Amino acid sequence: MSSLPTVEPRRAEQSHAHIGSDPAIVKMADLRFTWKGPSAFSLAIQDFVLPPAKRMLIVGPSGSGKSTFLSLLAGIVTPNEGRVEILGTDTSTLSSAARDRFRAEHFGIIFQMFNLLPYGSVIDNVVLPLSFSAKRRARAEEKGSVEAEAQRLLTSLGLGEANYRDVPASRLSVGQQQRVAAARALIGRPEIIIADEPTSALDRDRQIAFLDLLFSEVSAAGSALIMVSHDETLGSRFDSVVRFDDIAVAERATA
Amino acid sequence: MIIPRLALQSLRNRSLTAVLTVLGIAISVMLLLGVEKVRTGARQSFADTISGTDLIVGARSGSLQLLLYSVFRIGNATNNVTWKSYQDIAEQPDVDWIVPISLGDSHRGFRVLGTTPEYFARYKYRRGQPLAFAAGAQFNDLFDVVIGADVATALGYKVGDRVVVAHGVGSVSFVEHEDKPFRVSGILAKTGTPVDKTLHVSLEAIEAIHVDWQNGMPAPGESVSADDVRKMQLAPKAITAAFVGLKSKLATFRMQRAINDYSEEPLSAIIPGAALQELWGLVSTAETALSIISAMVVATALLGMVTTILTSLNERRREMAILRSVGARPTTILGLLVVEGTLLTLAGVILGTLLLYISLYALRPVIDRAYGLDVNIGLPSTSDLTILAAIVLAGVVASVLPALRAYRLSVADGMMIRT
Repeated sequence: MSSLPTVEPRRAEQSHAHIGSDPAIVKMADLRFTWKGPSAFSLAIQDFVLPPAKRMLIVGPSGSGKSTFLSLLAGIVTPNEGRVEILGTDTSTLSSAARDRFRAEHFGIIFQMFNLLPYGSVIDNVVLPLSFSAKRRARAEEKGSVEAEAQRLLTSLGLGEANYRDVPASRLSVGQQQRVAAARALIGRPEIIIADEPTSALDRDRQIAFLDLLFSEVSAAGSALIMVSHDETLGSRFDSVVRFDDIAVAERATA
Repeated sequence: MIIPRLALQSLRNRSLTAVLTVLGIAISVMLLLGVEKVRTGARQSFADTISGTDLIVGARSGSLQLLLYSVFRIGNATNNVTWKSYQDIAEQPDVDWIVPISLGDSHRGFRVLGTTPEYFARYKYRRGQPLAFAAGAQFNDLFDVVIGADVATALGYKVGDRVVVAHGVGSVSFVEHEDKPFRVSGILAKTGTPVDKTLHVSLEAIEAIHVDWQNGMPAPGESVSADDVRKMQLAPKAITAAFVGLKSKLATFRMQRAINDYSEEPLSAIIPGAALQELWGLVSTAETALSIISAMVVATALLGMVTTILTSLNERRREMAILRSVGARPTTILGLLVVEGTLLTLAGVILGTLLLYISLYALRPVIDRAYGLDVNIGLPSTSDLTILAAIVLAGVVASVLPALRAYRLSVADGMMIRT
């Protein structure tokens, strides 16, 4: 689907990533990753591409290596072989400090649950990523203070009442916590939102409501969304649905 | 900055263990600093007891024993110095002044010291400070007594009150010199030395109250009335010790040797400073042991802190994963934990210092009354501050241990939440 050869000078992609001369904001090619240790586990990814501003659902059962895939994507771990290109940068060549900074700049991440620092206030949880990324802070400040932007996101996500902002996050319901996590992922408009089973702790009605809110804010921010889930029934709402087995081969030492 | 605020909130979230940790450190700091305070206080207090006296002369004994009974009123002399020897020493050309003291009697637990009026001019304490009268004046009459500040407060005596002296030095005495009561002629100002706990009478008075005594008991049927005593010759036959001032410090060792070699009677002469030094040599082992124990307690408290932080790490892996997911570096997490340990130690040190000062303030009169030790409550000395800084530094170093573990965990966990 990409017309470019896999080994393309990085510069060309980098400057045009958002303009669309190269549609991929995430590219993984010929990638191989092995966990060392007693329960050896390896993951191989031949070719994975995510176009900008698209919503992709990756479906796979738990324990299939999805979390490892997301760690590779976010630059928490680096592959033993191959490349992970995000917005034209091969993150596997960056130093670990640079990868952490890169993640802060370009990713918003939502987990299944326990997303928030329980003792921190709602507002502190939302603005937390801005401490690690000047670019996102600048974007969040475009229309005023970061607190105002955080409040705007909370309001759009249905947590409008002002009395939420200074409440410790641990006082919120699971559904409310997930929406705060979404606001945190979205603040400062990072290019890529990663959501790891964000709705599995919610009941069906609230899953739909959460995804509606998430989608509209992701669109407003112009971000791409990669969501992994074991639940295929959510697929109709995404631009593309990919089976995890189709993009990655996981091998587990059975010993 | 949001990160330090979150670190504080995280700490507040675990406030019970944090408070206990801080309290543990605080108590250990209080102990260490308190031992240090008492140590320097005791040392200062002892060193300040006598000043300006070049030699102390007594019957042949160890220099410590002589120092303790003549200056500190601790223990008793084994033997007396004859009046003739005293006069021989007084006539030496190097001698500038000499003040005899005679011990052995007491009044309700306080020692009675017989001496000459010169005592009040020659006895100096705390770097040359002379004795001062808070009320009245020195003794003029045979049955006058000058009392120390503590005697006056403890027994409620005023100038003009009647005092009966007892034989022996116990606080309860069965043999009293009832027939020869004394009148309080003066009260000395507080000195913080054993002088405060002493009653001073003339040497002649000591002779007078023993004039009808034989072999340490009143001779039966031979009681002499106070009025008769006034008419008698009361030249002292012996004294307990003498304080000597020399015309030149250079003569000190020569004079000391001369007295030690005195052929008429076995005598000892000691240099107060040197004898005090000897006392420190004896006490320093105990002091060092006390300091080591206190330091161990501080180490234990810091170890407790490390343990607390280490055990909290497992519950906090979620916290660390969240921070990692928003872009925190593992070194940021390491820094957070070092900051946490530092804050705990700092809080403990500050609280401990405050607790020490509060308890010093509260206990100072009690310590003074019970041990005659005037602990100085001044600002922390440089050595105190050095100790406190060393404890904070040790806290920082100790918190690197759990921080390194957190670092390793956060590298291994990445942004995966393990609960």
